Amino acid sequence: MSENQEKAPREPLFSKKNKRLMTDPIDNDNPVTLQVLGICSALAITVSIEQALVMTGSVFFVLGMGNIIISMLRNLIPSRIRIIVQLVVVAALVIIVNEVLKAYMPDIAEKLSVFVGLIITNCIIMGRFEAFAMGNKPWPSFLDAVGNTLGYGIVLVLVSLMREVFGAGKLFGFELFGDRIAKTGLYKYGYMDNNLIILAPFALFAVALIIWAQRARNKALIEDE
Amino acid sequence: MRKFEPEHDGKWAKLHPVWDGFYTFLFTPGETTQKGAHIRDGIDLKRTMFMVVLALVPCLLFGIYNTGHWHYVAETGNYNLPFMDMFGDKLIYGLWQVIPIVIVSYLVGLGVEFAFCIKNGHAIQEGFLVSGMLIPLIVPADVPLWMVAVATVFAVVIGKEVFGGTGMNIVNVALTARAFLFFGYPTMMSGDKVWMSGSGDMTLADGFSGATPLGELASFTGPKADWAIQGGLEAFSAKWSLMDSFYGLVPGSIGETSVIAILLGAALLLYTGIASWKIMVSFILGGLGMAFLFNAFPANLYMELDAFHQIFLGGFMFGAVFMATDPVTAAQTSTGKYIYGLLGGAFAILVRVVNPAYPEGVMMAILFMNVMAPMIDHYVIQSNIKRRLKRLKTA
Repeated sequence: MSENQEKAPREPLFSKKNKRLMTDPIDNDNPVTLQVLGICSALAITVSIEQALVMTGSVFFVLGMGNIIISMLRNLIPSRIRIIVQLVVVAALVIIVNEVLKAYMPDIAEKLSVFVGLIITNCIIMGRFEAFAMGNKPWPSFLDAVGNTLGYGIVLVLVSLMREVFGAGKLFGFELFGDRIAKTGLYKYGYMDNNLIILAPFALFAVALIIWAQRARNKALIEDE
Repeated sequence: MRKFEPEHDGKWAKLHPVWDGFYTFLFTPGETTQKGAHIRDGIDLKRTMFMVVLALVPCLLFGIYNTGHWHYVAETGNYNLPFMDMFGDKLIYGLWQVIPIVIVSYLVGLGVEFAFCIKNGHAIQEGFLVSGMLIPLIVPADVPLWMVAVATVFAVVIGKEVFGGTGMNIVNVALTARAFLFFGYPTMMSGDKVWMSGSGDMTLADGFSGATPLGELASFTGPKADWAIQGGLEAFSAKWSLMDSFYGLVPGSIGETSVIAILLGAALLLYTGIASWKIMVSFILGGLGMAFLFNAFPANLYMELDAFHQIFLGGFMFGAVFMATDPVTAAQTSTGKYIYGLLGGAFAILVRVVNPAYPEGVMMAILFMNVMAPMIDHYVIQSNIKRRLKRLKTA
């Protein structure tokens, strides 16, 4: 056994296959716009870019660590109780993230409120555990986590960009169009922030627009009727 | 005009849909379908749409006058300003406010529609002829023009083009625009500053409020001290009588106020057979039924309002005649139309009375029923199949 393993050529860390693990989920296999997972958080926390970034970071930690742990344990986990084991791993990691956020970023933690805890139920994470980490080695699993988090994060940032700029008139908290109460800048000419964009349903429109743009660019993504 | 026709493979081939659109709009095409089971008739979508626009003209004309009327009412502080006083001034002010909204709505909407048709190489379908007229009629006269433009783009793209253009939309395009404005810019679409044109910038006379009758009614659900009109429903009916609503001399969105103008339009639509009388009648019956139900078990003063007065207020009649009957978004089956109308009317009154935050429930009710229409049709068809299967088995 050990002889065979030594003979097999070692796969380079960033082989073509491994690179695809990272790049595919960003565009052509995007977890949000193609697999339509993790939509709930895309609706809830995309009011500002800051929140979107923190959320992405949290998901990265949970998914990255989780994928590695599950991948290392994959041969030990009895398949009948694998979901429970996976849940325990996610829950533990999410609690760590939640506590860290509360300790070091109390403002943001308060805004994200329950949604950090709800990372547990983020379908992307359980999906990657089930679909990838249970059947692959730790390193590819980690790359898979990187790719999926990036794909998730890009959509989150795009949606929150739309919502923060047109909904709140801000970018990273900076007032883009002037002061709306003192009526300076654009507000002087009757511009108003769109309240609909702040409301959660608009995130659905935003995600839909991204899906539309993506499929218009790459026709191969359009499903058959 | 033939000589301007672009060659199908020429330099301007991309613009052929535009040419075709204008050509068939101006002239009845000489060609008819040669084969297949088609009705060979001169009437096409454009004539149908044009008939609806024609039916909307009374509402538009009255809306123009009404806009001017309430502007001067707010300025003079006299609710009982006679109809003929300053008639010319009112008309000019109304035209100045309303016509730009109509122009912006048409330019933007047709622009988007043409752009999509050229890109997809579709023939231009003048579905927007009606929407472009409906949008100005269901907004307050004070709405900024850029908001109309943004809402129109949103409605045409998200409400219609993404579903495949004219005839494929799930929800009413004009109501989508209104919903966008309502949720996007609530300060410009509700409250008591926008319904009397120009009143937002005026210092109003003491005790004068720019609220619509519905806005004032909504206060009847709260504690007595907060009532906009002290003295309850009698005082309300004295201020906004049933006949005021019938003629349309109440503040509101541009085209929705006058029941008489709406009925004129309805007569034309029914005479030409364009709109479904089943939907119109059942929508009104549904509204009346819900209002009578509230009358029978009133929990607050609002619910005691006379049912006929209730349905004459706000956009209920306008919605019943012009919005709910939209043949694309309404239910298609005959039984489905009754269900669709009854529920729509009932929901409209329900939302309006029970949730004072939405003084106008008609928009919500119709949009909701638009979404439900395919399901209603599905069950109507399924039950029909079941019924006939049963008959087959017993026979």
